[in-house]
Amino acid sequence: MAAHLSYGRVNLNILREAARKELREFLDKCAGSKAIVWDEYLTGPFGMIAQYSLLKEHEVEKMFTLKSGRLPSADVKNIIFFVRPRLELMDIIAENVFSEDKLHSSRDFHILFVPRRSMLCEQRLKEQGVLGSFINIDEYILDLIPYDGDLLSMEYESAFRECYLENDQTSLYHTAKGLMTLQALYGTIPQIYGKGECARHVANMMLRMKREFAGSQNQILPVFDTLLLLDRNVDLLTPLATQLTYEGLIDEIYGINNGYVKLPPEKFAQKKQGEASKDLPTEAKKLQLNSAEELYAEIRDKNFNAVGAALSKKAKIISAAFEERHNAKTVGEIKQFVSQLPHMQAARSSLANHTSIAELIKDITTSEAFFDNLTVEQEFMTGVDTDKVNTYIEDSIAQKDPLIKILRLVCMQSVCNNGLKQKVFDYYKREILQTYGYEHMLTLNNLEKAGLLKPQTSSRNNYPTIRKTLKLWMEDANEQNPNDISYVYSGYAPLSIRLTQVLARPGWRSIEEVLKMLPGPHFEERQQLPSGLHKKRQQGENRTTLVFFLGGVSYAEIAALRFLSQMEDSGMEYIIATTKLINGTTWIKSLMDRPESQTP
Amino acid sequence: MAFITANWNPLGEAFYRKTELYEMCWNLRDGLRDCLVAAAPYGGPIALLREPHRRSPSSRPQLEIYSASGVSITSFPWKSGPVVQLGWTVSDELLCIQEDGSVLIYDVFGSFKRHFSMGQEVVQSQVLEAKVFHSPYGTGVAIVTGSSRFTLATNIDDLKLRRLPEVPGLRGRPSCWVVLTQDRQTKVLLSTGPELYILDNTSCTAVCPPGFGPQAGSIVHMSVSFSYKYLALFTDTGHVWTGSSHLQDKLSEVDTKKSTPPKQMVWCRRPKSQQPSVVLMWDRLLMVAGVCNDTIQFPMEDQCVLVGELDGVRIISSTNQELLQEVPLVCQDIFKIASMAPGALLLEAHREYEKSSQKADEYLREIKEQSMLGEAVRQCVEAAGHEYDTNTQKSLLRAASFGKCFLTDFSPDPFVSTCRELRVLNAVRESDVGLPLTYTQFKQMTLQVLIDRLVYRQFYPLAIEICRYLKIPDYQGVSRVLKHWASCKVQQKDLSDEAIARAVCVKVGDSPGVSYSHIAAKAYECGRTELAIKLLDFEARSGEQVPLLLKMKRSQLALSKAVESGDTDLVYTVVTYLKNEMNRGDFFMTLRNQPVALSLYRQFCKLQEQETLKDLYNQDDDHQELANYYVTASYREKRLDSRLSLLQSAVDEYNKAKNEFSAKATEDEMRLLRFQRKLDDEKGAGLLGLSLQATMEALLALGLHKQAEQLYRDFRVPDKRYWWLKLKSLAEKEEWEELEKFSKSKKSPIGYLAFVEVCMKCNNKYEAKKYVSKVTPEQKVKAHLAISDLEGAADVAIEHKNESEMAAVLSRCSASDRSLIDRLNRARASVAKK
Repeated sequence: MAAHLSYGRVNLNILREAARKELREFLDKCAGSKAIVWDEYLTGPFGMIAQYSLLKEHEVEKMFTLKSGRLPSADVKNIIFFVRPRLELMDIIAENVFSEDKLHSSRDFHILFVPRRSMLCEQRLKEQGVLGSFINIDEYILDLIPYDGDLLSMEYESAFRECYLENDQTSLYHTAKGLMTLQALYGTIPQIYGKGECARHVANMMLRMKREFAGSQNQILPVFDTLLLLDRNVDLLTPLATQLTYEGLIDEIYGINNGYVKLPPEKFAQKKQGEASKDLPTEAKKLQLNSAEELYAEIRDKNFNAVGAALSKKAKIISAAFEERHNAKTVGEIKQFVSQLPHMQAARSSLANHTSIAELIKDITTSEAFFDNLTVEQEFMTGVDTDKVNTYIEDSIAQKDPLIKILRLVCMQSVCNNGLKQKVFDYYKREILQTYGYEHMLTLNNLEKAGLLKPQTSSRNNYPTIRKTLKLWMEDANEQNPNDISYVYSGYAPLSIRLTQVLARPGWRSIEEVLKMLPGPHFEERQQLPSGLHKKRQQGENRTTLVFFLGGVSYAEIAALRFLSQMEDSGMEYIIATTKLINGTTWIKSLMDRPESQTP
Repeated sequence: MAFITANWNPLGEAFYRKTELYEMCWNLRDGLRDCLVAAAPYGGPIALLREPHRRSPSSRPQLEIYSASGVSITSFPWKSGPVVQLGWTVSDELLCIQEDGSVLIYDVFGSFKRHFSMGQEVVQSQVLEAKVFHSPYGTGVAIVTGSSRFTLATNIDDLKLRRLPEVPGLRGRPSCWVVLTQDRQTKVLLSTGPELYILDNTSCTAVCPPGFGPQAGSIVHMSVSFSYKYLALFTDTGHVWTGSSHLQDKLSEVDTKKSTPPKQMVWCRRPKSQQPSVVLMWDRLLMVAGVCNDTIQFPMEDQCVLVGELDGVRIISSTNQELLQEVPLVCQDIFKIASMAPGALLLEAHREYEKSSQKADEYLREIKEQSMLGEAVRQCVEAAGHEYDTNTQKSLLRAASFGKCFLTDFSPDPFVSTCRELRVLNAVRESDVGLPLTYTQFKQMTLQVLIDRLVYRQFYPLAIEICRYLKIPDYQGVSRVLKHWASCKVQQKDLSDEAIARAVCVKVGDSPGVSYSHIAAKAYECGRTELAIKLLDFEARSGEQVPLLLKMKRSQLALSKAVESGDTDLVYTVVTYLKNEMNRGDFFMTLRNQPVALSLYRQFCKLQEQETLKDLYNQDDDHQELANYYVTASYREKRLDSRLSLLQSAVDEYNKAKNEFSAKATEDEMRLLRFQRKLDDEKGAGLLGLSLQATMEALLALGLHKQAEQLYRDFRVPDKRYWWLKLKSLAEKEEWEELEKFSKSKKSPIGYLAFVEVCMKCNNKYEAKKYVSKVTPEQKVKAHLAISDLEGAADVAIEHKNESEMAAVLSRCSASDRSLIDRLNRARASVAKK
């Protein structure tokens, strides 16, 4: 069970259960013992749907990673390939199958394409002469994966790159399909808003797909009132900024992958009493992070500066709870205390973990380097000297700081200045090429193509207008008891979330001017509901909006949306969906190109 | 209603009745004499071929097709070879088996569909006899040839001819034979007179039916039941032997006292009946022979044809059509004279009730006392289903409805569904439709099939009416009918493409489940490509349009539809197809008009065909991308000169793209590579491939200051960066004197705090101190702190009267620095005062 998925306004467990059911059905189609050969990329996302135990129940005895050469031996009847539909993977599979045949074994082969089968891939298998070796070729439609109680992710890492660099809209097709699946389970979403080219494309496909299914009326009472589709390139700024929420910082510093984070082990050494800590663990500590953990759910979205206080408050509560045992006099009281013990112990270990993590993060956030970096970011966001070469960036390059850090800052300056002056632009690029190597030419070209780094074409910089109209900078951000979303970046209110907020109230009509300055069209569509499914809203009942970030969303943005959901007078609850959870680093990385060098 | 039993004839335990189905609408001049007749079971159509043996070209035989009620559907002169046998397939297609072994298939409207042959050798030996049979696999054909060999095709839609083994001692045709389907095998049972054989795929086995004495004589006619379960054999002594078709059990043996073999012998039994019987027909006599020794005999005036049905036999004559069947048990219970069955009482009660007689109450009470009212209603409902006469149906249903009033907690479903189904049945039994289905047949064939058959006969409005009336989900009902209608409509040659497309669109609209691409495929099949394209336009699912468009060679359109669908895999599929179909130039041109497809193809090439990628960029004059391509390619080269030449190409392209910066940067890179190679050759420095910065770093580390300096100047490295680099390098190598010299070479562009910090990093406080004095006032405190000179830092801070600087110093103070702390605090206080 994944209970944390069902706590929210929308029970996302339904989606997970639907996915699990389909997986079981497929596995049962291949009777007998089986081994799964994994496309490694899929193991993370699959982990969110089904643990090994489920696979085991359906006679999965072995698991391998897909790699070329011969398949490892396993005494099973079925070999099932779980793969994304990619040509290069087909070649590996073909190789696997060929080397198998030589051994004259009688294992049955199956392929499960995730999330969709592909004629192109099947054609490739046919060309390779192995298509006939497969007994089942199926697809496992896993578009939107329930990530947390209010969060869906497609875990489609290359979505932004494909859409904006390569003009490949595969991810958008999957998005539209995923939204159709979602609507099949949660009812037709009556209102669709969107901003950006990709959003328009997805909405078009959705409406088209709905027409294709005309006649089979969806009779489920709609759970979502509104769908908001947002292109990442409408707001290029936000992911570049360093996230300052607890979860955001964990992601910035250690990286959260498929809901797990790997942390340096030293802080987590189990210190048993009377035992010298002889051997420190060397393997990274892996922790799962989601709202199933009560404490984490409480602090994940706080500004990091408010986390310390929250932790110490929690520590007091827990130790008070443990103190209760002294007050337990009667057998009944003791029994009640004992019954709460597991929960309390879990809470205590959770507290210990997060205290350690907070310490690790604090070491970094209090460093001068972090402070300087943040200062520059904030200068850019407030529009200070964005048209000049920045000394800090210059020095950082001279110090050979990590390239991604440099790129993040340079891109940010470019975005905040609506493009850099040609001289500044060329200067940065030259500095980067000279210091980090000419091979980054391609990366710079990519960033330019994606609009992250560009020369100023018109003399007018419209960022200040946008900033002022949407109140992107709040001088008096309250980190402890926030009253505005700007707390997630200690002053900067994410543009994407402001758009969402304005849409809910007072509506986009009030910001037409700004919307026109942002790239791509904005639009509104309505989907007819069958009569009888029009919701009769209770007094004071919140509306639910699904916000879909095409091209990725950061944890800080999610935190901001959660904050809006919790605001008493917002009247709106947000569920978040995205192609991938990103931060500036992973995002920029996905846009980098590095030719593989042959040393001459 | 005593008259209901008037046409009942008892035979053993059961009764048989003959019900008139139709006065035949046809007008046959010569009756059914000299005709080859085939009537499809389940009230299917009737095919008639007059004088099949007439061969003169001047007067060809006429092939006529009628509905079961005798309404003419079509008729045309038979122009092909002599026909041995006619038969119907399960989907109402007419099979005409010719003497030469070819089988021609026509639809119910007489249009030719296709043909197949029963084997090459048959052309020589000729077909003597043929039979059409039905099995779970579909419709099959069996023939026996002039060389006394049997050939079978079990399913004509998946034609596999099987030539059966030779039958020992058989010359010419066997005296009689049937096709059996048992145990998933199709066999032939045949008699050569005295001997009975079973012929299967591999062997020919002589068999003897149980209880079949040699005195019985030789078998001259045989018949197998509708379900292939029972077998009837007629001997030349006039005996009818019946038993299981497995030849395991015998049911009965009846002496018909007839010496001539019957013209037709057909099983007549209803499912679950315990008393199977056969109907035999001679010229002027129809006989029902059952398990007991009795028979029922009907005189006949006219030439007739018997059609075996699931639950009876249809008797078709030139004037009328009758159904001979065993009276269903429930009808016997209700209508048998003096029956006390609950249903019978209920019917009586209702009759009295209608007469306003109090007897109604008595009857009702009687049923209720036995708690049989539910059963009574059930019986009436069931019996109504089996009655052909609408008045009888009505009175039974009224009685049921009446009985129902006295029941609480009785599910109305069977009653309602029977009413509805009867209404449908009565409608299709109407003479102008002519599907004389019994309720049992209807249940067996299912509603789906009934609708299909109506559709085959093009009774579209009725079919739709029925679908709507029975509330069948559109997917299985109306949509299916519309689909058929549309597929048929597109074949209407007299209408223009425009008119048909419009008509189809108006009727079909966007009914769920009707695929326009399917209809279009039909139009294309009929050679109406333009119509197909028009129809495809209505298809909402672009994905569905693509395969057909490709088939019709409308590849451009296919491509744009694929793009429209958003399904990139589909786009890829079309692109791959086009790539194989078109010459390269056209292919590229096509892609050029479809940016989405083009970018996808580029992606594909990036992974699979680098060379093509180059051609693509070239064609588009995309110099920027072409340059990038050369850059990527250059890294794949092992040899420096080829790498340089690729980079030179990149430079050219960047220039063409007016990307001065990139051109310059690439030239710089080439210059750097050459420089690195030279130094590597000269000094073995291992520089090749390093960035400019790393190169200078390496040079400084090697002590090659001059060369580093040269790069710094040649590549216009900003002073700041170079100073940082040199500072760090010198400090790391602990060349302190050199460093001091360097610091004095000119005013440091990076200030002197950097010197202090770098020295400290190398743990040389002594050297660090040298630079503290040079640090700018704003950074002085920091510099002092860097060398842990708290006093110095404090002095400066106090001098600056700068509170934050003082705080910074304070934060570094430990408890032992008491006096310093006091001093600072005092200074802070005084600053604060001001």
